[in-house]
Amino acid sequence: MNLHEYQAKQLFREYDISVSEGLSASSSQEAEKIALSLNVDKWVVKAQVHAGGRGKSGGVEVVDSLEKVKAFADKWLGKNLVTFQTDEKGQPVNQILIETVTDIDKELYLGAVIDRASQRLVVMASTEGGVNIEEVAEETPDKIYKAEIDPIQGPNQLQAEKLASSMSLNEVQTSQFIEIFNGLVRLFIDKDLSLVEVNPLVVTSSGDLICLDAKINVDSNALYRQEQILELRDPSQEDPREASAAEWDLSYVALEGNIGCMVNGAGLAMGTMDIIKLHGGEPANFLDVGGTADSKRVAEAFKIILSDENVNTVLINIFGGIVRCDVIADGIVEALTVMGVSVPVIVRLEGNSAQKGLKILDECELNIIPASNLEEAASLAVKASNGDIT
Amino acid sequence: MSILINESTKVICQGFTGGQATQHCIQCIDYGTQLVGGVTPGKGGQIHLDLPVFNSVKEAVDATGASASIIFVPAKFCKSSILEAAESGISLIVCITEGIPTIDMLEVKVRCDQLGARLIGPNCPGIITPGEAKMGIMPGDIHLPGKVGIISRSGTLTYEAVKQTTDLGFGQTSCVGIGGDPIPGTSFIDVLDLFEKDNSTQAIVMVGEIGGTAEEAAAEFIQSNVTKPVVSYIAGVTAPPGKRMGHAGAIIAGGKGTAEDKFKALESAGVYTVKSPAEIGKGIAEVTGW
Repeated sequence: MNLHEYQAKQLFREYDISVSEGLSASSSQEAEKIALSLNVDKWVVKAQVHAGGRGKSGGVEVVDSLEKVKAFADKWLGKNLVTFQTDEKGQPVNQILIETVTDIDKELYLGAVIDRASQRLVVMASTEGGVNIEEVAEETPDKIYKAEIDPIQGPNQLQAEKLASSMSLNEVQTSQFIEIFNGLVRLFIDKDLSLVEVNPLVVTSSGDLICLDAKINVDSNALYRQEQILELRDPSQEDPREASAAEWDLSYVALEGNIGCMVNGAGLAMGTMDIIKLHGGEPANFLDVGGTADSKRVAEAFKIILSDENVNTVLINIFGGIVRCDVIADGIVEALTVMGVSVPVIVRLEGNSAQKGLKILDECELNIIPASNLEEAASLAVKASNGDIT
Repeated sequence: MSILINESTKVICQGFTGGQATQHCIQCIDYGTQLVGGVTPGKGGQIHLDLPVFNSVKEAVDATGASASIIFVPAKFCKSSILEAAESGISLIVCITEGIPTIDMLEVKVRCDQLGARLIGPNCPGIITPGEAKMGIMPGDIHLPGKVGIISRSGTLTYEAVKQTTDLGFGQTSCVGIGGDPIPGTSFIDVLDLFEKDNSTQAIVMVGEIGGTAEEAAAEFIQSNVTKPVVSYIAGVTAPPGKRMGHAGAIIAGGKGTAEDKFKALESAGVYTVKSPAEIGKGIAEVTGW
């Protein structure tokens, strides 16, 4: 789950991590009021969406009058912002963040992430902030300094001091950095985060450290114990099909092709997409029906798959381990009957109760094409999607 | 021969009396696993599936001499259940549960290593030594005792590899699902090492997926430490960047962890790779000449 910048900065404040002064607004009147209350004559106004690349797309501006604050809010609120990280429709803007302007001397980078290789929470810092940090990581990885946090001992001051000295911070900045570092690690662990990025962390012209941007991702598995975070969820930023799939414990990701896929297990679901492509077809989606699929969930999965109008074929690939194939077969028959599905449906059932499942499909009067293995299933699906089987 | 478990491994189940646990414990027992009891706090003294229920792992270990535990408790209790097992002298812990917060796993992994307990999973199908015993949720009847060792990050793709090596008559020594989470208790490298040292294992299948760099690390290990032929398939060539593909670990982030990178690393380490999940068995035939 992702947070907005204004939400992330609010959390930063709670953990004594210094950020610019500012507040978010959901109307242009409110934006004007906030701008006025900040008591300055220049503001940064930032459209709040769950995507990067806002600056390059006009979603961030520095303005010097209340009229311009209001105009920016009017321009974006209720509209969609398209950046290189969004799809062509973009993400809806429902909040604008209005902040004081910071005079920048130097742009640094600060991030924290769970590093799978070291199996630690790792804090990263670099003097190469502001630019595309991924390029820096790729081309000059030695310019990114890292501190691995011991899961049992926690962070120690020496680690923060070392990062500060790698970035050549002076004494005052070092003590400010230690505070930010400690706050960041505490926040990360307390709130079950999976990623924090501050890009840039800046040295102001008066020599102080301030976080100018804030990006936070939260570990969705931990939301059961994160009430405060759960309240920050913004469904308007989520793909409606993915969100409705999640309600049924289905894991769905929309793609561009025409072969709808329903598979049990994430790995096999990706494998099914791969083999479709190898046969010259295009998968329309990733969909994992999970380990405890029943006929209701199969029906929901069908609904979601078929809500994509590009889908002209459905491939169902089930390798029953926990899931029983006869239960899935019942679900398929029920869903097809109720929904009146007209596209060809290719079904491959294997494993737990597969024979019983195939018998159910065989005895029904529906347009179901059985496949005896994965290879055949993919080949049939691709043929059907090209109109060679109906 | 086998790795990790065999017909004489004494196993307990944590979360024993729950629905999922009950269903799968019955199947484990039917398969031949020496299940000697289970743990459900508050239900100690009861009998379930003709086996004793204990309040704690310590009591279960003292009474039964179990050395292995399979965990089915809900995600929010897994951290304490795994640590309880490790602290009670269990040396092999298999955690089936999915959805454990990653922050919990950071500490669990360190503590298990300190206590000398091997953790398989979480979010995995478990392990099986065909014809002897299984600690997991895999369908037993697709397996065949034989000579291929199988390691995988994905449950159902493991079954795919198993089915193909069974259909071709090669069979398996042991199959280990290490799970799809970012912080697994056991890595590809750990299991590759076990298979390399197991005399019965003559070839290895490694099934990976996008996300992280575990496959790249495994490739490096294979190059200098594995003499047996390895066949590998990586799922997710078609997965778009930035999208989480079901498994918590399966996401291409910042251009890292793509299937192409992994295939390349494995190929340059001398691993025979297949681009289709339907060709894993054929790959084994190819590299072994069987």
